[in-house]
Amino acid sequence: MSTQKIVVIGNGMVGQRFLEQLTIRMNSDQVEITVFCEEPRAAYDRVQLTSFFAGKSAIDLSVVPERFFEEKAITLRLNDPVIAIDRAKKTVSSARYREVPYDKLVLATGSYPFVPPIPGHDRRGCYVYRSIEDLEVIRAAAKKSRIGTVVGGGLLGLEAAKALQDLGLDTHVVEFAPRLMAVQLDEAGGRLLQRKIEALGVTVHTAKSTKEIVNGETHAHCMVFADGSALETDLIVYSAGIRPHDALARAAKLAVGERGGISIDGYCRTSDPDIYAIGECALWNGRIFGLVAPGYQMAEIAARHVAGDESIRFDGADMSTKLKLMGVDVASLGDAMGKTAGALDYIYTDPVQGIYKKLVVSADGKQLLGAILVGDAGEYGGLLQMTLNAIPLSEHPEDLILPAREGGAKGLGVDMLPAGALICSCNSVTKGAICDAVVAGCTTVGALKSTTKAGSSCGGCSPMVKQILDAELRKQGVEVKNHLCEHFPYSRQELFHLVRVGSIKAFDDLITKHGQGRGCDICKPAVASILASCWNEFVLKPKHAPLQDTNDRFLANMQKDGSYSIVPRVPGGEITPEKLIVLGAVAKKYRLYTKITGGQRIDLFGARVEQLPLIWRELVDAGFESGHAYGKALRTVKSCVGSTWCRYGVQDSVGMAIALENRYRGLRSPHKLKMGVSGCTRECAEAQAKDVGIIATEKGWNLYVCGNGGIKPRHADLLATGIDDATLQKYIDRFLMFYIRTGDRLQRTSTWLENLEGGIDYVKQVVCEDSLGIGAELEADMQKLVDTYECEWKNAINDPESLKRFRHFVNSDAPDSNVVFVAERGQIRPARDDEKETKTIETALV
Amino acid sequence: MTARPNIDMSLKQWTAVCALDDIVPDSGVCALIDGCQVAVFRVAGDQIYALANRDPFSNANVMSRGIIGDLKGELVVASPVYKQHFSLTTGQCLEDPAVMIDTFAVRIDQGTVMVQA
Ligand code: SRM
Ligand SMILES: Cc1cc2nc3c(=O)[nH]c(=O)nc-3n(C[C@H](O)[C@H](O)[C@H](O)COP(=O)(O)OP(=O)(O)OC[C@H]3O[C@@H](n4cnc5c(N)ncnc54)[C@H](O)[C@@H]3O)c2cc1C
Ligand code: SF4
Ligand code: FES
Repeated sequence: MSTQKIVVIGNGMVGQRFLEQLTIRMNSDQVEITVFCEEPRAAYDRVQLTSFFAGKSAIDLSVVPERFFEEKAITLRLNDPVIAIDRAKKTVSSARYREVPYDKLVLATGSYPFVPPIPGHDRRGCYVYRSIEDLEVIRAAAKKSRIGTVVGGGLLGLEAAKALQDLGLDTHVVEFAPRLMAVQLDEAGGRLLQRKIEALGVTVHTAKSTKEIVNGETHAHCMVFADGSALETDLIVYSAGIRPHDALARAAKLAVGERGGISIDGYCRTSDPDIYAIGECALWNGRIFGLVAPGYQMAEIAARHVAGDESIRFDGADMSTKLKLMGVDVASLGDAMGKTAGALDYIYTDPVQGIYKKLVVSADGKQLLGAILVGDAGEYGGLLQMTLNAIPLSEHPEDLILPAREGGAKGLGVDMLPAGALICSCNSVTKGAICDAVVAGCTTVGALKSTTKAGSSCGGCSPMVKQILDAELRKQGVEVKNHLCEHFPYSRQELFHLVRVGSIKAFDDLITKHGQGRGCDICKPAVASILASCWNEFVLKPKHAPLQDTNDRFLANMQKDGSYSIVPRVPGGEITPEKLIVLGAVAKKYRLYTKITGGQRIDLFGARVEQLPLIWRELVDAGFESGHAYGKALRTVKSCVGSTWCRYGVQDSVGMAIALENRYRGLRSPHKLKMGVSGCTRECAEAQAKDVGIIATEKGWNLYVCGNGGIKPRHADLLATGIDDATLQKYIDRFLMFYIRTGDRLQRTSTWLENLEGGIDYVKQVVCEDSLGIGAELEADMQKLVDTYECEWKNAINDPESLKRFRHFVNSDAPDSNVVFVAERGQIRPARDDEKETKTIETALV
Repeated sequence: MTARPNIDMSLKQWTAVCALDDIVPDSGVCALIDGCQVAVFRVAGDQIYALANRDPFSNANVMSRGIIGDLKGELVVASPVYKQHFSLTTGQCLEDPAVMIDTFAVRIDQGTVMVQA
């Protein structure tokens, strides 16, 4: 067979996908491919375009595999638009080449932003939002502007608004329709979204039609609206919809739709059987698909067809969307507007939390037709699967959107999904394909991602991919030999999940439901820690107290002779003279040994169990809190003196350390957590040896994670650079919660990272890019813990039940005669056995 | 009786040490009986056991503060210092066959815990 000449016009996301799909089916002996691309660079991730402002480079955004064009022997002509198609001669001509012949031609020309033709629309300082070049000019213009206005309050408009806000502009959104995201949201949903977005500082003007744009008085432009009002602004970004790039097709007399778009059939062929059209330029059944997933489907179908495979046809695509707009979850799926005859709505609103959820169900109440979620889109994946796979609704459809209630069944297990269920819509990966890949040997999400592509685009499907993976592995009886102990056939991570999802609040319930026997000194403290990380109840409640490890049980560290040490919290190592005096006075009164610890605080040793509450009463009264030196919990946030005093400091490291210590104090985790904050790169706080280390720079904070001193020292890895206070807190929240959820028992963050598939890059994706879509959930979980923090010692001294236990004998007030001290260097120390025998003893009785 | 001539059972008295409710289920307390420290454990289901309170590995009087549970069906307490396990019924150390600690007879008498020591 002679080689076929293939010409592709456009190297956007869909055109690129076509090339990949074609070259896996045909090799370079069979096809000779030429690609024309109007843009100066090969395909990049337009979906993530906005992250260009967040520091992503054009290279980061590229979707072209390394050396792709060389290896596949494809000719790529960048910066060279095709200007005409000659169907009779079967050639195309571009700005630089004449008459390039084709056997098959593929139009993947995408679309362009629609700019309303109002007078003044083309003034200087008016932009569109589509390519990297557009963003570059907007960024430059923003530097000279104060107010920025986006025309269009749809999906892309709001994304552009977020970008303008991030560029520091006072941002306005002007929408023609009476509400935001009019295509996807109903009235109530749109209103809530508007409220939330306005709360973030963006001014929204709905039901405004712009009449003209003229010179402004105080700013460059003045937008005059039909209702007589006006808005002054320095720059304008149009995001009022897209129009298919079909001019070439029109000129070549291919069939196009009335309102644009190149008509295609089920194989993506245009009215000329040798010419295909795919992606946003194509019109199927009167519809244009402005999302990348349907484009990818078309790319595959066209590639198959060129290669002679007619097995699949395009028959529409789901236009459901889930996204985070300015930190607000918004999702719309299926028949969200309830257009189906007889459709019924279930509506749940929580005005305080700012949540709106609507389910659209069939007239007989048996089928879910669509849904709208604003403020919390956690149920999106499950609901989408129910609509797409027509899974029958239970008796209480409302449970799907109501906050979990006692006994209420929520969501749906992945086991219920049929094999054909589309899990990753970006890459058309079904549940069956994922299961097959697991059978073929993929045992991690990372492996599934590279084998099936599931989860490799928007990442929205990742949680579900993981669930399927786990379910399949379990079915295969894959022994993940990571069981906690003989009482629980689960790893710590799995137990964490069971506790959280099953709302289990007591060890007894957990072992009855998921374990066997009575438990032991391995599983009890581990479960106590999980319960604390999930629900944050007082650890000495009668149901929790017997689970606690030695030290947690008495909220103090047991020493070799059975006495205890006391470590009050000294956030950031900063302490007033008054408080130092209190520590000295208390130590003196109870004759305690005092030492400065390696964690920038003071340890008081030699307290007998019955003295602990007395001593803590005095400390609490003086404003001290538990330092959790006894817990697998946050220990200290070490700081250096920072910019306040130090001549080199560039940020207030002490202030930040105190803020962090106060935020994460009491946080229970798989192992202890330590942090450090240094005021400049000289790193006096040794932050890089901590689980979380922060180093100040001129531009903000550099965040390091997973450092360790101790047994096996490890330098921390850099997670993010130059971030502001809010981002720092967000990333630490996510990082810690992610570790708490997935760490093994007594696994410090350093070993956790070293055992984590994908390593620091994976952590970056999850924490900084929110690749699993659980960022908000992790933050919310952390916030809950922060909000429910209570000082354990304050609780203990005010709780008569707990106090009863701080005695050595149940039937006598006598102290333990075996706790004896001798003097050394002016303080006490435990007597050695030989000293006890010869009775050269000085007791420490008060 | 004649088999263990060194132990004169008749000298051992039953002593009331506390109410059963003074012991949180699945945990222990320490009782002082005639100068002797006895760790008394309450296992869920209201069984009680008593062992010497001294941990033979650290010589600290802290056995009553250990976590209780079961290992392969054997009821045990883990020493809070270095975490060796001791059988609640026999006092045998599971990690070291040469080490055994004293056990004491216990009973519940109308809600009161009685120890024979
Ligand atoms: C008091 C202190 C030593 C001192 O006098 O300076 C100390 C004392 C203990 N350390 Fe430590 N460590 C202390 C700072 C450190 C540091 C330095 C630091 O935090 O900057 C390290 C190395 C840094 C690190 O953790 O990455 C350190 C690494 C360890 C390790 C090894 C951890 C590891 O991951 O390899 C253990 C053992 C463990 O946790 O399993 C440990 C365990 C202990 C225990 C809890 C051992 C025990 O179970 O009895 C000690 C009891 C303290 C007590 O009774 O109060 N301690 N320990 C320090 C308390 C700091 C504080 O204010 O909270
Ligand atoms: C800011 C933004 C956010 C988005 N977010 C999402 C999202 O969250 N989810 C989602 O599914 N979709 C999203 N989209 C839409 C998604 O990016 C598009 O659906 C997708 O890029 C379409 O791919 P395409 O290849 O069909 O078109 P394009 O990516 O537009 O590529 C077409 C290419 O062809 C070139 N071209 C045109 N004419 C010629 C010619 N005559 N000669 C040579 N080259 C030519 C163009 O320059 C362009 O490079 C977003 C789009 C934007 C702009
Ligand atoms: S780390 Fe920098 S700012 Fe902090 S004390 Fe050292 S030199 Fe000063
Ligand atoms: S659905 Fe977008 S990556 Fe899977």
